Amino acid sequence: MSEPATSAPFSDDGFSPAAIGKALYLLAVVLFVMTPLIATVLGGFKSLGELRTNPFGLPSVWEWSNYADILLSRRYWQLLGNSFVIATLTVVLTLICAAMAAFVFAHLHFFGRDMLLNYLTMGLLFPAATAILPMFIKVRDLGLLDSYLGVVLPQVAFALAMSILLLRRFFRDLPTELLEAALVDGCSYPRFFQYVTLPLSRPILATVGTITFVHSWNAYLIPLVMLNSDNLYPWPLGIMVYQGEYSTEWHLILAFITLTILPTIILFLFAQKHIVAGLTAGAVKG
Amino acid sequence: MAALAGRRGADIGKLSTILLFLPPALLLFTLFVVLPVGEAAWYSGFNWNGFGSPTNWIGLDNYRFVFDNRAFGTAFKNNLLIIIVSLLIQLPLALSLAIILADRFRGAVVLRMVFFLPYILAEIATGLIFSFVYDGDYGLLAAIYKSFGAEAPHLLASPQTAFAAILVVVVWKYFGFHMMLFIAALQSLDRSMLEAARIDGASRWQSLRYVVIPALSPTIRLSAFFAIVGSLQLFDLVMPLTRGGPSDSSHTMVSFLYTFGITRMRVGFGSAVGVILFLICVVFAFTYKRWIMRDE
Repeated sequence: MSEPATSAPFSDDGFSPAAIGKALYLLAVVLFVMTPLIATVLGGFKSLGELRTNPFGLPSVWEWSNYADILLSRRYWQLLGNSFVIATLTVVLTLICAAMAAFVFAHLHFFGRDMLLNYLTMGLLFPAATAILPMFIKVRDLGLLDSYLGVVLPQVAFALAMSILLLRRFFRDLPTELLEAALVDGCSYPRFFQYVTLPLSRPILATVGTITFVHSWNAYLIPLVMLNSDNLYPWPLGIMVYQGEYSTEWHLILAFITLTILPTIILFLFAQKHIVAGLTAGAVKG
Repeated sequence: MAALAGRRGADIGKLSTILLFLPPALLLFTLFVVLPVGEAAWYSGFNWNGFGSPTNWIGLDNYRFVFDNRAFGTAFKNNLLIIIVSLLIQLPLALSLAIILADRFRGAVVLRMVFFLPYILAEIATGLIFSFVYDGDYGLLAAIYKSFGAEAPHLLASPQTAFAAILVVVVWKYFGFHMMLFIAALQSLDRSMLEAARIDGASRWQSLRYVVIPALSPTIRLSAFFAIVGSLQLFDLVMPLTRGGPSDSSHTMVSFLYTFGITRMRVGFGSAVGVILFLICVVFAFTYKRWIMRDE
């Protein structure tokens, strides 16, 4: 455990009582965090009877069929598919709209620019719930109720503020000489945006895209209000219906939960750098 | 002349770029964020079920109905409870873990990821996992009680305990996010200050108390800001756990809005709740920015 002192300025080294106390503290938090998760995954492998008598331990008989039945069901894949379509559309539209706006805010001076930027960042101040009823009526009047777009457009609208701020900060830090040289050479702004800004901005686009994806993938309120047909439901809506139908068959519900959070965890393992960077950078507004 | 023409060409190019690039974002934002907030203010003056056009103007009565509603009072109090728990339990937990995990010892990165994991799970999944944990027949908590020969409680089924049980889930889910904020801040901290404190003979506790915590103060204030704004939005966790019950004891303002405004399509009433929530958020954000984050 011991490391050179310079790399560990906040903590003790070795096996002092303080270090042991610290290790116990960490262990307690790990148990607090992981116990419900592990019990959920394992619970999906148990029979209902065993879940009742042995909720913590390993299953005595591994009921693979709990998981297999769900994986072989059309319903499971339909829910994931819906979530995937909604999240992907949300990401694409958010990136397109936000990148174009951020480009203008980063490079072009015009009257009222700061006012417009402030106007857009107001979106960070309040939850979607404050406007959900009129939003519902608007989506209904546009004839988009019960469609993917009826969910996607409001989600994009609420994702824009943070995305524009993050992208604008990145665009601004690109070397200005590039833009000046390109303009002298007769390159137009849109061409510069397309051929220079966007390719150079892949890391931040990936970060904003991943964050938007995770938010949309996990979202509940907007889909809940905008969708009626369960064949369009994303998985958070679908799993609530599933839980309603199987109310006390916890082994099946736990297997279903596990299989729906699995994609999130896989995405997290692949994109954790982008997720953490985006969330912490997004937190420190600027 | 050529330069002038070029200049004008550039201006036209600039203008057309602005006119091409800004409208999509502005339009979507205005249509689905700004207008609905304004419309909520308008609809909140009507007794309206959302069909046809609003005609039955009742002035501020919807606001009176909201404030007279006991469940709204409970919801408001519950939101305050989340804020208190976030500030008094969640942030200190996150801060202490960040201070330990900012160091690069073996396993530190894995532990960070483990503690961050709940944050990336969907609220719905989290809520369902904990409704299993709290289940009086099959749940983990019940099993612990039973192993001591005690009778298992049904925490989520009792108005006295349901919201407290939700508060535990709130801490479980969100402390990792704040921990990450603190770790990011700690890593950008100027280490020479710590060296100086050490050379001056400061104990670890002293350098923590007088160097690290003050240096983190902007992040702590920001983190508190996020905790409070997040508390005001809480909804997705409540639905799978209790749906606001039993006897409306565990509503938040948003779940109250959903249950009493949207499922019953009382558009005026629900909009009034939305406007109240909006005002709370905006007034809070501005005061906080002005008074607590002013030196940034």
